[in-house]
Amino acid sequence: MQHYELMVIFTPVLSEEEYKTAQKKYASFVTENGGEVVHENPWGLKSLAYPIRKKTTGLYWVMEYTAPSIFNEKLKIQLLRDESVIRHMFTALDKYAVEYNNKKRSGVSTATEKVEA
Amino acid sequence: MAKSNEIKYLTAIKAEKRPKKYCRFKKLGIKYIDYKDADFLKKFLNEQGKLLPRRLTGNSLKFQRKVGDAVKKARQMAILPYVTDLLK
Repeated sequence: MQHYELMVIFTPVLSEEEYKTAQKKYASFVTENGGEVVHENPWGLKSLAYPIRKKTTGLYWVMEYTAPSIFNEKLKIQLLRDESVIRHMFTALDKYAVEYNNKKRSGVSTATEKVEA
Repeated sequence: MAKSNEIKYLTAIKAEKRPKKYCRFKKLGIKYIDYKDADFLKKFLNEQGKLLPRRLTGNSLKFQRKVGDAVKKARQMAILPYVTDLLK
């Protein structure tokens, strides 16, 4: 079991409910396949740094989960078939990343915020 | 002939001493660079959104690579732009 992080950008045309059901769909897909959702973080509507498919905004959603290594391919197929997903990305997390995410969630100021330019 | 160390100058030579550069990740013990944190990554970019060289940031090679990877991930997910003007 490996820690992963999935970031998805949904189209901004989704309603609040559709956005939530889409999140639920993928979260349950993880648990169905023997994975475990560690944390979900819907960022909501955010403007994109450059237009994607002629859209300037997107609904961001970040999920951290553990899953067997073959699972990501299955999830990828689902995401590519979904028309409401305009972009997605998997990140394999190492132990430092997991630690960082835990710290960030528990509200302890992470070291990166202290750094000055 | 005078030896080189015996030469005396009329005006003192300006010996500018720059503070030594350091890797901020090593110094502060940062192990993971988050691609989601756009404001932090912007410190390593110039105004066109290009990565600054190690020569200027002082990062160690290990962390410069990690910064690069994080910036590239952020660009893919439209958190940072690929090309722009006046990023800062």
